[in-house]
Amino acid sequence: MTEDEIRAAVLAALTGVAPDIEDETVDPATPFRDQFDFDSMDLLNFAIALHRSLGVEIPEIDYPKVASLEGCLGYLSGKLQDA
Amino acid sequence: MPSLGSDMEAGTLVEWLVKPGDTVARGDIVAVVETQKGAIEIETFQAGVVDRLVVEPGTEVPVGTVIAHIRGEGEPAAPAPETPTPASEPVAPKAAKPRKPAEPTAPAAASRARVSPAARQRARDLGVDLETLTGTGADGAVTLVDVERAGAAAPAPVPAPAAKPTGDAAAAMRRAIAAAMARSKREIPHYYLATTIDLTRALDWLETENRRRPVAERLLYGALLIKAAALALKEVPELNGFWRDDAFVPGTGIHVGAAIALRRGGLVAPAIRDTDTRELGDVMAAFRDLVQRARTGRLRASELSDPTVTVTSLGENGVETVFPVIYPPQVAIVGFGSVVERPWSVDGTIESRRVISASLAADHRASDGHRGALYLRALDRLLQTPETLA
Repeated sequence: MTEDEIRAAVLAALTGVAPDIEDETVDPATPFRDQFDFDSMDLLNFAIALHRSLGVEIPEIDYPKVASLEGCLGYLSGKLQDA
Repeated sequence: MPSLGSDMEAGTLVEWLVKPGDTVARGDIVAVVETQKGAIEIETFQAGVVDRLVVEPGTEVPVGTVIAHIRGEGEPAAPAPETPTPASEPVAPKAAKPRKPAEPTAPAAASRARVSPAARQRARDLGVDLETLTGTGADGAVTLVDVERAGAAAPAPVPAPAAKPTGDAAAAMRRAIAAAMARSKREIPHYYLATTIDLTRALDWLETENRRRPVAERLLYGALLIKAAALALKEVPELNGFWRDDAFVPGTGIHVGAAIALRRGGLVAPAIRDTDTRELGDVMAAFRDLVQRARTGRLRASELSDPTVTVTSLGENGVETVFPVIYPPQVAIVGFGSVVERPWSVDGTIESRRVISASLAADHRASDGHRGALYLRALDRLLQTPETLA
């Protein structure tokens, strides 16, 4: 899977959780909590959406690693390479 | 036009989801109404055939106005009135009238496989046809996992775009909150109690539990708090219900209203019906569904009118203790703060434990501080044995 495909899947998961988010406005480095008022329920739904679309199961302990776009892309790239 | 709370005076019919001649079952969603709490789906509480739609989309009518006639079996068709009339015959009850959980589907056939409420709800969300599933649960029951599996195999439904709230809608919600909270502070003699609860055992249990659960069935500690708050009410029932006409009216079930902050501002507190009798996984599924729909879609009228008590948590924002305001005519609200690490005495030694502040605001007309204290003690005790909450 290419970086672009992963990015598209992440943005789709993100906008699935919060439909009012616009892709181009996402700041890669800022945590979703600070940008979009994400809470633990949003993060859980985000993890569920990524599991569905990419097949990657994110353990709870790793949630902080996927809490921003930048972190999430890095984490998922590593996971998908390992798979 | 059903009432969704004591602060609601009118609603605007947005669209009909049925037409004359349609057969409806009790609990079916028949219309969408715009209120100060946003767009809300209205269920019917009468089965039959839609005889006549009385109110046109775009019309604002007072609470209690007849908006449609539904003809029961054997009933003659209603005569056509000249104009919409104020209701002496509302299609839905005005308040938290006791009723069975709404199940907006046709009545189950005797031979139909059993389906848990959470699975049924999830199937609706994912657009999965339950009739096509083979249940893997006890006696062939269709489980949440069955639905999730079918949903993953099927193309994902396109989520309905969230309604972009207008400034007017946000202002209307603000006014509704203002009216309810001003009434609460004006009329309800609140008393406040708080305690600190060692949550370490509960969080350890939850971490272990979540490791064995599929991603889609993981639990948040918020669900544990909601379930514990509901069960503790069984021991102090005078905190569960309403203050009406100078008397306490007990709730006919324990339906926890879960306070949900909306991203655009404002909040709603829809009910998780029969919270005390549901399995924890079911409480979590219902909670998750309510949050999702409150933030991206629509809630149903009964969900907003049914709560018998409210639970609010502001812990994720770093708030240590909450001093909540009761939502009238309810008589209590339970608040939770952040989970924080604190030195804690355990069997004579000092340990670092994860603790949480639990607070109670209660109506002094309906209960006294002593009973409120017993409630918080019960809550603490229940959270020390998290496995019993499952």
